[in-house]
Amino acid sequence: MKLIKYLVVGFVFGIVLTKSEAVSWYRIYEMFQFQSFHMYGIISVAIATGLIGIQIIKRNNIKDIDGAPIVIKDKEKGAARYWIGGILFGLGWGLVGSCPGPIFILLGAGVFPVILVLIGALVGTILYGLFKEKLPH
Amino acid sequence: MFCLPNRIPIFTKNTEFMSILFQTWPWYISGFIIGVIMLCLTYFGKHFGMSSNLESLCSMSGLGKKVAYFNFDWKANKWNLTVVVGAMIGGFVAVHFMSDPTNVAINPTTIEQLAALGIDAPNGKLAPDVLFGNQIFESPKSILILLVGGILIGFGTRYAGGCTSGHAISGLSNLQLPSLKAVIGFFIGGLIMVHLLLPLLF
Repeated sequence: MKLIKYLVVGFVFGIVLTKSEAVSWYRIYEMFQFQSFHMYGIISVAIATGLIGIQIIKRNNIKDIDGAPIVIKDKEKGAARYWIGGILFGLGWGLVGSCPGPIFILLGAGVFPVILVLIGALVGTILYGLFKEKLPH
Repeated sequence: MFCLPNRIPIFTKNTEFMSILFQTWPWYISGFIIGVIMLCLTYFGKHFGMSSNLESLCSMSGLGKKVAYFNFDWKANKWNLTVVVGAMIGGFVAVHFMSDPTNVAINPTTIEQLAALGIDAPNGKLAPDVLFGNQIFESPKSILILLVGGILIGFGTRYAGGCTSGHAISGLSNLQLPSLKAVIGFFIGGLIMVHLLLPLLF
């Protein structure tokens, strides 16, 4: 039963990403061509909403649903992993037009060939797991 | 054969409100809801990040015995896998019961450019047939493109420690400098792909 709220949040996420067309290959292509404000608008408003919400949480020491303090972990310091990993991810994002969330959403929506992207993404994850220690971070 | 009705009767476009739901949702509403989703997960004591589910799936399949990186308790991430299941159902509902042929109305200039590359126009579809139609299973080139794209996404997102949700939305809204580096990287990669490499592939 505790998991139901996550199912609901995921459900809303799937609907919003589909209805805003953020899951669409076309929208990602259009974004990288700078031919529409749509995707930039979505990302900016999401960040602005999050920024305001997180500030409210931090300044008022709001507790989480179980009454425990909300701790938002800082990202690890580093440069190489963010630049190289980021660029590799961007190449994939520009090619197949979907990031991890949309991969699952499109699969649920019945765009079956996305299964190949998911298989690739799992292979990529395994490759990282294998070579992590040898990579600069 | 089992066939889905295009619209379930109680959920039709007859009312103005329903008609709005069937259209492309505006960026300011969509962005706001995505921000609220992240805040909800924060309030639940969790975080917003989709790509870590890829690791959980690897761990779930027992890879932890062979690769130390996947040797963690994936059951602790059950909540996030549940978000994924919800998102898949949401995608199903949105496409089958809330779509309209006017959807994915991208810039006409973009459509012309795509036509020049031989990529079909949206006409209400979310993804081009040339890459995501079911006929692609007969095309080694398309299969390879999707697999390579997936590998770049999976490897890149784990290396960078997050994707669009974890870095662009969660990280930037918490003013994390590493996330800014990653997001700039995402855009460098995307721009190289769309402007330099895609025209060579199509």
